Amino acid sequence: MPLLEVERLVISFGGIVALGGVSLKSDTQEIVGIIGPNGSGKTTLFNCISGVYRPREGKVIFKGENLLGHRPHEVAQKGIARTFQNLRLFMHMTVLDNLMLGRHVQFKKNPFHAFLRIRKEELIHREVAEEIIEFLDLQAFRNSRVSDCPYGIQKRVELGRALAQEPELLLLDEPIAGLTSEEKEEMAYRITEIRGRYKTAILLVEHDLRIASRLADRMVALDHGLLIAEGLPKEVQSAPEVIRAYLGDEEA
Amino acid sequence: MRILQYTVTGLASGSIYALVALGLSLIYRSNRILNFGHGDMATAGTFFAFIVAGLGIPLMGSFGLGLLFGFGIALLFYFCALVPAQRRNANQLGQIILTLGFGLILQGGIIYFGGTEPKTFPFFLSDSKTYKTGGLIIDQLSLGTLLIGLLASLFFYLLIQKTKIGLAMRATSENLTAAQTLGIPTRRILALSWGLASALGVLAGLFLAPALLLDPFFMLEPFLKGFAAAILGGLNSLPGAIVGGLILGVAESLAGAYISVAFKNTFAFLVIILVLLVRPEGLLGEEFKERV
Repeated sequence: MPLLEVERLVISFGGIVALGGVSLKSDTQEIVGIIGPNGSGKTTLFNCISGVYRPREGKVIFKGENLLGHRPHEVAQKGIARTFQNLRLFMHMTVLDNLMLGRHVQFKKNPFHAFLRIRKEELIHREVAEEIIEFLDLQAFRNSRVSDCPYGIQKRVELGRALAQEPELLLLDEPIAGLTSEEKEEMAYRITEIRGRYKTAILLVEHDLRIASRLADRMVALDHGLLIAEGLPKEVQSAPEVIRAYLGDEEA
Repeated sequence: MRILQYTVTGLASGSIYALVALGLSLIYRSNRILNFGHGDMATAGTFFAFIVAGLGIPLMGSFGLGLLFGFGIALLFYFCALVPAQRRNANQLGQIILTLGFGLILQGGIIYFGGTEPKTFPFFLSDSKTYKTGGLIIDQLSLGTLLIGLLASLFFYLLIQKTKIGLAMRATSENLTAAQTLGIPTRRILALSWGLASALGVLAGLFLAPALLLDPFFMLEPFLKGFAAAILGGLNSLPGAIVGGLILGVAESLAGAYISVAFKNTFAFLVIILVLLVRPEGLLGEEFKERV
């Protein structure tokens, strides 16, 4: 059974069909790249999976359970974490606080405990956060306010916060966009590392075709809310539909 | 010595403003809307305590019930009016008008059940019994008000800064979407802040009613002052609300003493205008800027 099965998702906004029946699968510890030109529905797809949007039709089956109709916090509690194209960080908190907030899912649900600080639990969370800080090379920024960190660091903090949730599925929305070429290489390396270290599957939305095809085990291409190609990165990259979508129709 | 005396008096009324301001800030920072029904929620809770006390329930018990009632009507408003409006993509202005409308509905209810004639509010502290220490005179009620302001501030500091619920509240108020994706049940957290804010208002009402007389409009002026105090301190800052409230109380008291009682309100608001000219975000406020 695949870890995630998206079946025929349909959603439209004021008459514009954002997704017109998109299906895709992802296995445990697999990296699936999602490519497509601007407005092709990549981020919409993420928003449907993570519960931000409610699709009109279709299913999102995660570990055998349909997630459709669940609210975003419930989806997170089931084991799906995500990052955003334009960062959603707690800018006024420190890097460490942001990572610790990623541990919220793992906090004890008992409301009585919530009012007490359970030392032992706190220490475990702290340890996980410190491990992530090391993995993402954030030591120098541990106690800096996120708003004071450079953009490349903020991107890493957001990735770290998602990792802190210890998800089984990680949705990365353009994790490389806006970085310098050196940072891009570093980030690409870290994404491949994540799979082995944190045993998680990754859905990767990426604009940079070169890096996306290097990272992904499989790739799907979207255009105007429809799936236009699917398969190995090489095949998808050279599919005529994909080339047409990126470069435009010659007749048009 | 006289100046110290006026300062103490000002701090006592400032505590009331601080309690009101704290409730307004709590809502503003998490919902980004101003709650114009805050005063009426407070009045409703205070009236409820008054009515329940009249039924023979001990004073402390009826105060507790009043606080609970305030908490409850705020939840009612949040779940039955605000959430449905937000689902239909109501803009901020629309949501603010909703709070005003809810306030007016409450006001009608209060007039219907409580009547408009002013009532003496039973209380366990008296404002005619006074204490003297080294030339300073403070009455029992003012002392109690100061203490309750201090306790409420301490409680909120511990709740927001030291508990996991507080952490979830901070996260929710800074970035709702991010909080949701981390598994924080933001709707429940927002409901809690509505309830707590309203209960804070009721607390202010309970300590104010014995000094004034209880009528359906008795919270109007404290509400406006609390509002001003919140803006003075910085609307999205909880410590700012407390500081703003205290400064406003003291400024008012000193202006009344040294300039003229007629200028009591004028001077206080003059201070606010001056502060805001220099620091538009308020004394302790921080603009939440988003990177574009």
